[in-house]
Amino acid sequence: MSLLEYFKSTKPNSAKIAKERLQILVSHERSARNKPDYLPALQKELLNVIKKYVQVDQKDISINYESDEKQETLELNIILPDNL
Amino acid sequence: MSRIIVVTSGKGGVGKTTTSAAMGMGLAKKGHKTAVIDFDVGLRNLDLILGCERRVVYDFVNIINGEATLNQALIKDKRCDKLYILPASQTRDKDALTLDGVEKVLEELKESFDYIICDSPAGIERGAHLAMYFADDAFIVTNPEVSSVRDSDRMLGILSSKSKRAENNETPIKEYLLLSRYNPARVKLGEMLSVEDVQEILSLDLLGVVPESKAVLNASNSGTPVILDEASDAGKAYADIVSRYLGEEVPQRFIYEKKKGLFGRLFRG
Repeated sequence: MSLLEYFKSTKPNSAKIAKERLQILVSHERSARNKPDYLPALQKELLNVIKKYVQVDQKDISINYESDEKQETLELNIILPDNL
Repeated sequence: MSRIIVVTSGKGGVGKTTTSAAMGMGLAKKGHKTAVIDFDVGLRNLDLILGCERRVVYDFVNIINGEATLNQALIKDKRCDKLYILPASQTRDKDALTLDGVEKVLEELKESFDYIICDSPAGIERGAHLAMYFADDAFIVTNPEVSSVRDSDRMLGILSSKSKRAENNETPIKEYLLLSRYNPARVKLGEMLSVEDVQEILSLDLLGVVPESKAVLNASNSGTPVILDEASDAGKAYADIVSRYLGEEVPQRFIYEKKKGLFGRLFRG
């Protein structure tokens, strides 16, 4: 290590890492906080209903909930198999 | 008009009881009749921090169960006649506090007190829920440390959805950030989250910073609220916080490291 590098290398700023981790975590938790808690159950029941008619997998169904001041949106996305 | 203040944090050990005791004494010393209530059923400690542990006869649960009147259970502070303490029960029955019971006690206190401070237990269980449910103002006690900041944010979510004000669509609880155990020297070195960092993450109004201080342990050892140690940094910080809460313009202190004078530099290194 050259002398220049020795002076350049400062200790990692752990407070900065803490802040970044918290910002990501807090925004994630805040978005989850406003979702209705029936979503997982709804997803499971929908899956069972759809399975009666089409063979789909758990991963092929996604439910997304978003809300802003004006409206709440419940988005249901089902990926149907190719060989229908 | 009396105000109900909840001192809360989510995480334990960040300074809720220290803050409740200091704020209670500070408001009382400014002439406001103040009651401090310990909501930590089973783990009573506010009495110890305020130095009245040997004067506890009846407690919060006794009043709710009709075994004592409010006046019998309230302990008048010996140093300030405007300060009263309502101790928690040491019962192991976690369901001893009820929503109706708490509401009745608070309504009765509101008739004669200016400020009612609810010292919340840690966690988000029943005691913490009841402590914040009827609040008008909330002091969020946070340490500049990841788990404390995260838990504070969780608590903010609960305040804005599970409180009486939220459920009745009234003006939301006024939330204030109280950053405790702050070490400006470590912040400067990049080893600790700064006031600005915590404020940015939680988006809260800063009521004040309490520096990490030896005075806090000394005060609790002797059962004296740290605000009475007027020469100490923590004592001064809490005095500022009380004034700010009451609407006085007091500049923030203890955020930056004190600059050492020439003599300080020469002789203390």
